[in-house]
Amino acid sequence: MQSATPSASEVTIPVAGLTCASCVGHVQDALTAQPGVTAATVNLVTREARVAFDPEATNVETLVGAIRSRGYGADLPAAPFSLADEQATQDAAQAEESAGLKRKALWSGTLGAVAMVLSMPLMSGDAHGLLHGLEDPVLGWVMSIIDPALRQALPWLYAIDPQALRYALMLLTIAVTGWAGRQFYTRAWSAFRHRVADMNTLIAVGTGAAFAYSVAATVAPSFFLRHGVAPEVYYEAVAMIIALVLTGNALESRARGKTSEALRKMLQLQPAQARVLRGGREIDVPAGEVRTSDLVLIRPGERIPVDGIVVEGKSAIDESMLTGEAVPVEKETGDMVIGGTLNRLGSVRYRPTAVGSTGTLAQIVKLMREAQASRAPMQKLADRISRVFVPAVISIAIATFVAWTLLAPGEGFVRALSAAVAVLIIACPCAVGLAVPTAVTVAIGRGAQAGVLFKGGEAIEKLHDVDTILLDKTGTITMGRPSVTRIQTVSGFAEDLLLSLAAAVERLSEHPLAEAVVAAAKERGLRDRSATQFEASPGQGAAARVDGDWVLIGNQQWLTSQGVDAISLSEYADQLAADGATPVLVAVDGFPAGVIAISDPVKPTSAKAIEELRSRGLRVVMVTGDRKSAAWAVARQVGIDEVAAEVLPEGKVAQVKHFQQQGRRVAMVGDGVNDAPALAQAHAGLAMASGSDIASEASDVTLMRSDLGAVVSALDLSNQTIRTMKQNLVWAFLYNVIGIPVAAGVLYPAFGLLLTPVLASVAMAFSSVSVVANSLRLRSRSVLGFES
Amino acid sequence: MLSWIVLIAGVAAIAAVNWYFLMAPKAAVAAKASATAGQEVTVAVEGGYSPSVVRVKSGVPLRLIFDRKEKSPCSEEVVIGEFGVRRFLKPFEKTVIELTPAKPGSYEFTCGMGMLRGRIEVQA
Repeated sequence: MQSATPSASEVTIPVAGLTCASCVGHVQDALTAQPGVTAATVNLVTREARVAFDPEATNVETLVGAIRSRGYGADLPAAPFSLADEQATQDAAQAEESAGLKRKALWSGTLGAVAMVLSMPLMSGDAHGLLHGLEDPVLGWVMSIIDPALRQALPWLYAIDPQALRYALMLLTIAVTGWAGRQFYTRAWSAFRHRVADMNTLIAVGTGAAFAYSVAATVAPSFFLRHGVAPEVYYEAVAMIIALVLTGNALESRARGKTSEALRKMLQLQPAQARVLRGGREIDVPAGEVRTSDLVLIRPGERIPVDGIVVEGKSAIDESMLTGEAVPVEKETGDMVIGGTLNRLGSVRYRPTAVGSTGTLAQIVKLMREAQASRAPMQKLADRISRVFVPAVISIAIATFVAWTLLAPGEGFVRALSAAVAVLIIACPCAVGLAVPTAVTVAIGRGAQAGVLFKGGEAIEKLHDVDTILLDKTGTITMGRPSVTRIQTVSGFAEDLLLSLAAAVERLSEHPLAEAVVAAAKERGLRDRSATQFEASPGQGAAARVDGDWVLIGNQQWLTSQGVDAISLSEYADQLAADGATPVLVAVDGFPAGVIAISDPVKPTSAKAIEELRSRGLRVVMVTGDRKSAAWAVARQVGIDEVAAEVLPEGKVAQVKHFQQQGRRVAMVGDGVNDAPALAQAHAGLAMASGSDIASEASDVTLMRSDLGAVVSALDLSNQTIRTMKQNLVWAFLYNVIGIPVAAGVLYPAFGLLLTPVLASVAMAFSSVSVVANSLRLRSRSVLGFES
Repeated sequence: MLSWIVLIAGVAAIAAVNWYFLMAPKAAVAAKASATAGQEVTVAVEGGYSPSVVRVKSGVPLRLIFDRKEKSPCSEEVVIGEFGVRRFLKPFEKTVIELTPAKPGSYEFTCGMGMLRGRIEVQA
């Protein structure tokens, strides 16, 4: 069937050249005539053919061909793209690949071990046999133990004609290379035809050369002897190299599967089924088929299937899987719930708002996938090297062969070949290719679990460079929701009475602070009073008659202008203003009654987070549109000593530029909508997610948790990831830079040290696995910055 | 005498390897009009991409058809970084990727590990 929809048996094919109604019939006939097609309808308006078919009997390409054969245009449709399907297909392919590699590694390892045993008599038996031991201290040591033991255990083995043993080894090796190792040769060949050389090329050429030499030495030993070359065979080496490289590939394949574990977990968050109220009946439907007209019912312990707004009930919902925030969030009527999160106690009913690909979870997964597709700038160096890597290694191998032949004529051809093969086998282009991408993939996944969504490898690198961090005040450091923080009344006036009178007036007002007063009254459970004769002076105050009393609310100047002697309240008011609050004065029937302090409270984690940022050597600056005194009041609470206050919304860009002109690399933290220009201007823009819009174009990082702790997490993760990338690159380069010359024999003249191809294959198998394993360590890193 | 032969053969072999893999010009293929809409080009995936350079027009919807003719995991994913595309290619099947190149320029597509490479050359 078509890509990415393995089980679907229906497809929509775009068709061209449909000019009349009879064309429809022609195309339909062409399709239904195909074996395996169960139904076909062609739509003249949309110019599409919808075909239902049995994927076992036919495929989309055949169907497209059938339409074309009637003279109409048709295109292979782009597969309907579903991340979950794609991941599932990929996982299945990877699992199959891993299982196949494991099986092959096991069998070729067993056969390789048999080949080792069979070749023992050959190595110890002939005069040149000791060469093996001399070249390779490890092998020499192993032989010194095994050889006598084997001689005792299997004396008949040593009695077999060496030539017969060679032929037996040849057959055994053909079995290993032809079955388990076959993939290296076929893949190397198809790459060769595309003028591409990769890891398969190296293995194929290396083992191929050793095998060809061994066969020649087996078939025509006299020819070699005549030219003063030992007719040695390397069958056991060929078999062991293939076994070891396959083992390395199997381990690497398994480890590589783990790098996208986080994405897989995200995909599994959405429950398969949802219980909805539709047409007055409770029914279970697949989560993908929930409509916005449904009412979703959630019981304790169930997962939320899609995003929505609570219309009934109250519950605590665990959002940690998306935000990294450990404490469950209280939700009640009017609050937003997010698909994929877990309902704890309590039942709610909610109205879905975003279904399908517009949901928060779908957006997160899409963002992660795109981020993992991006290439980190640090990759460029690795890219440049891997492009020329394999041809360079082949060149070095040839040079090694030539040098050994020319410089050591006595030891000659055998050593030259052995060293050249070792060079080919030890070189590991995969370690270089995997160094950066595996780190990026794991980091993106780790970030998402902590509520930090990086847009890609570049975003991770940018954040690492930052030395100055600009924090928007409202909504970033503070809650972004003004609320009543204190009430001061003149003696004899009850707080609750003051608040309820004020709320009655404010209920009719449109002033942003009015909402805070109304909310405070509601919170205290105060009786709703009704107000009449409402009048307002915008920006100054409002008045109304409440239960017969004339109530005035406003700033001091306005109350004074209304004939109220507000002097007695001014001391309170000034005190509150100095603390960063906005004082609202209340007068009843012309007499001052009290002051209500309204302020935007600082988030509980802000101070700690800012301390953490400063301890990481960052210069922290607060940017706000508020007046200086209010801004400084907040700054003092959270320990910030640099404030840009009274900045207009468009002035934030200028602030970012101001620091950039001083040569500083600036990160801006704000909300993705209002602060978008500043986020885009900054070296790294971090957007606090608002609602379900998480893919703000302007930002490099989206923070799903709206506390500053997420900024610390993002920074820590970015730093750890860069460190991992560097470790990987250094390891991959050093490994090759040291391994290749040693294999070529540069240490031989001075230390007599030379690697055999088998030892080279052990090193090679280990090197790429260790790169992936190092990247995987990022998964277990704590990036929450601190306990929030 | 023999040494000279070995030396000359070695140098020649090195030159041949580097020319074949690195220097020889790669064939480019231009996208052709698709039957139903926009332009399309088919890239065979087998140990590499052929053609490895595709020439397309900017602003016209492009259907890139990757025809994967092998099981080797090296080519299991195709990544077109500039377009935020990372797709799994099912073995022995064609996978259609639709995108519209907006700006002229050269955009690389690679396998998941960046070992196999191709280029989309977008012309105005």
